[in-house]
Amino acid sequence: MQARPGPSTGPVAGEVHSPHGHEHPDIHRAPLHAHPEEATGQTVVLHRSLLEKNQRLAEQNRGFFRAKGLLVLNVVSAPGSGKTTLIERTVSGLRGRLKCGVIVGDLATDRDAQRLRGAGIPVVQVATGTVCHLDAEMVRRALRDLPLDGLELLILENVGNLVCPADFDLGEDLRVVLMSVTEGEDKPLKYPPLFHSAHVALITKVDLAEVVGFDRAAALDHLHRVSHHARIFELSAKTGAGMDEWLSFLVAEHERVKSQPW
Amino acid sequence: MHEVGLMAEAVRLAVEEARARGAQRVAALRLRVGALSGVVPEALEFAFDLVTAGTPAAGARLEVERVAARWRCPRCRAEYESMDVWSACPRCETAPGELLQGRELELVSIELD
Repeated sequence: MQARPGPSTGPVAGEVHSPHGHEHPDIHRAPLHAHPEEATGQTVVLHRSLLEKNQRLAEQNRGFFRAKGLLVLNVVSAPGSGKTTLIERTVSGLRGRLKCGVIVGDLATDRDAQRLRGAGIPVVQVATGTVCHLDAEMVRRALRDLPLDGLELLILENVGNLVCPADFDLGEDLRVVLMSVTEGEDKPLKYPPLFHSAHVALITKVDLAEVVGFDRAAALDHLHRVSHHARIFELSAKTGAGMDEWLSFLVAEHERVKSQPW
Repeated sequence: MHEVGLMAEAVRLAVEEARARGAQRVAALRLRVGALSGVVPEALEFAFDLVTAGTPAAGARLEVERVAARWRCPRCRAEYESMDVWSACPRCETAPGELLQGRELELVSIELD
């Protein structure tokens, strides 16, 4: 147990300390209180998680997704790692194999949503405003606007941020974290909570690896250290390199989720 | 920066409890924040005045207890603690394996008036 910073805890229940060290016992009835007969300083132990509400809604979402036989991905990364391009190419590459839908979280614009609509799939945009991540409630609300019948893969594109989304379960099956070769090799070491929580790690933009002098061995080493249980793929959505393996993985995961008892 | 939302949730839980017990105001809130919770305690403190304004928790005392990350080394099985989000085993320098503690983000207790 760590020492608590800041002022020490007040006196035990009912007791009132006087800074002047009064001797008179009546002064201890706290003159500032209008109703001295009220129970003062009562401590109530709660142990309530601040994420409890989100967790509950995430579990509801998860149950709903299971019932629909949907595979759900929560795609997270820093801004500019290539989430939208990856999703575009994933959706078009899966045409005829998996029917996809996307929920996009973006702070202010709907540019990503517009790009994805170009791929001819249902897309719902969630403007998160000043909020730095998607939460389970935002996803639940967005689901009302998404035609779900026949859908097999739902991709949740989170807000570009490597810190905040780590805390918020959306009810997804797989948390997919992206790091592009242009970001350098040490992202997993800088943002361990998010990388540690990922089920899948994608190294993206591998077509640029040589140009930017990407140290592949170091990147893989960092990923293995932080995301040690994660499945790793190296790909370029632009050239298509490595995409087949990724798409086959999604098809297999959908089979697995669909046949899972719930 | 989702500390404002989390602090608002803590205050909501505290005020709800105070009302249920017929208390006039909340005098103190105690939180536990794990090293790997993704939350900055200073940002929670900063948000506190903002989200308590106009509520029965206005003017309350905030105490934040920081909880160290506790890991089990995947190689030598040693258990060790660290206030950092990521630190290797002090015995064999292997990268951390299983996280035993450190994601806490909870309202531990409140004091009522």
